[in-house]
Amino acid sequence: MQTIRAVALKEIQIYFSSPVAYIVALIFMALSGFFFVQDLGNPFPEASLSNFFQGATFLLIPLAPALTMRLLAEEQKLGTIELLLTSPVRDWEVILGKYLASFVFLLFLLALTSYYVILLLVFASPDPGPIYSGYLGLVLYGMAALAVGILTSTLTSNQIIAAVVGTGILIVLYATSFISEVVTGVWANVFNQLGFTSHFNDFDSGIIDSAHIVYFLTVTALFLFLAIRALESRRWR
Amino acid sequence: MTSQTGAETNGAGNGFDHEDAMIEVRDLTHYYGPTPAVENVNFTVQRGEILGFLGPNGAGKTTTMRILTGFMPPTRGTVTLDGYDVVEKSLEVRKRVGYLPESVPLHTEMTVTNYLKYMGTLRRMSGRRIRSRIDDVIDVCRLGDYHKTLIGKLSKGFRQRVGIAQAILHEPEVLVLDEPTIGIDPIQVVETRGLIQDLGREQTVVLSSHILPEVSMICERVLIIHEGHIVAADTPNNLAQHLQGVEQLEVEIGGPPSEVLPVLRSIEGTTTVTHHPRPGVNAYRVQFTEGLDLRDEISRTVISHGWSLLSMQVNSMSLEEIFLRLTTSEIDDEDLA
Repeated sequence: MQTIRAVALKEIQIYFSSPVAYIVALIFMALSGFFFVQDLGNPFPEASLSNFFQGATFLLIPLAPALTMRLLAEEQKLGTIELLLTSPVRDWEVILGKYLASFVFLLFLLALTSYYVILLLVFASPDPGPIYSGYLGLVLYGMAALAVGILTSTLTSNQIIAAVVGTGILIVLYATSFISEVVTGVWANVFNQLGFTSHFNDFDSGIIDSAHIVYFLTVTALFLFLAIRALESRRWR
Repeated sequence: MTSQTGAETNGAGNGFDHEDAMIEVRDLTHYYGPTPAVENVNFTVQRGEILGFLGPNGAGKTTTMRILTGFMPPTRGTVTLDGYDVVEKSLEVRKRVGYLPESVPLHTEMTVTNYLKYMGTLRRMSGRRIRSRIDDVIDVCRLGDYHKTLIGKLSKGFRQRVGIAQAILHEPEVLVLDEPTIGIDPIQVVETRGLIQDLGREQTVVLSSHILPEVSMICERVLIIHEGHIVAADTPNNLAQHLQGVEQLEVEIGGPPSEVLPVLRSIEGTTTVTHHPRPGVNAYRVQFTEGLDLRDEISRTVISHGWSLLSMQVNSMSLEEIFLRLTTSEIDDEDLA
């Protein structure tokens, strides 16, 4: 625990003292704000965060890998990984510590968006249910996206490659649900179940289905597991 | 010719009975792809010993050290440290090792104190111990004025000190230092050597270098490693004596080289004679068997042929030359001008 906390704390400190994280936060706030107000121009706007939630899932595709790209790629580039891995720290503790740091930053990012909720509460009376479930969905979705980013950052010492490949994997996961619309039969169902979108939409509609929670947690665990294996792979390379 | 010298310092037959052995390396082989970086390396490091790896770049020093520290496993062979296998009991090994990699990789965005705190926590030290040890190592490594400075703003020499500070922070039983004095200024080199010698009084130190005098100054024992093999292992003094089987004379002679060379070669006791023409002078390097003194003989021969003896100098072989002899495959002795 002590080592996981040490790794996480160090990364959190770097997040809050580096420009990249703030740029990511700025882009996220500006664009998610744009999604939030999109519906408000209608003659009969709906007092919901649905547009924001949908927009945020889209924004996290490039932004989550941008947040995680540094975490392991830089250590490999600078060679500091050699001192990290020759310390009495297990590989999974390294990955978990780094992942937790990115997760804390994601929570910070989502906390910033709480003023959309405040605006809605001040000017209208929104249904609180979908807001809770939407945020829960967004947190789960973000967890999975960050895990993908951690994996790609482990695989390369080049941060740009880590971000680009991570974004690529997330696009595929995001878009598989759309494939289900063009294929038929059992494949439609398979693609629908594989992708992020179909699992997120229920949260947006105010439904908390344990199957979707299990889905996102499984994806997260899978990619973190792969990242740990990738880090261990130096042992057989 | 000397390639077997002490490579098996502690014969393979009694692999279990030296209790004070800190590190035992048996048949260590590591491949990067198809090319071996080290091959069938055997050596033992005693508790409290300062051992030096000496070898040109790419000889396999860093690979060996990375295996010792548990960073990567060997392709073949076993390495134990304090009785723990570096692969099977990697975590136990890593608790006991302090490591300074060659490039001194540090987190440049952290201050010296914060970085040391971070490294201490990774080494699972208690908060109180970290605080007291940070004070100690900052003192030992003379970082006092810079403990609040960002590592990125420090000069190479000071970064090296931070690197050593983190390596000794948890008072490891074994210190592995890869090229600890590379790229720092001469005064700091002297300081660092002194520091390593001090540390070596209580800890087992393994260091690598490609600077011979340095290794012979600091280390109690030297392994010369070349192309992944240990070509010699001994104390610096023994190594020098053992390999200085040949004495050398530098002679400047006024006379036609085509005649002088055969005459010098015909003198009894000479092993090789080489001709080194310099502007206006013909110099010869005469090597002869240990224990002989051919100065008298050579001077009389030269005079009797009516040539002039311009200078003569005894030139005992330096460690650098021994090193070169051991690690250079082809020695061109016979370069007739």
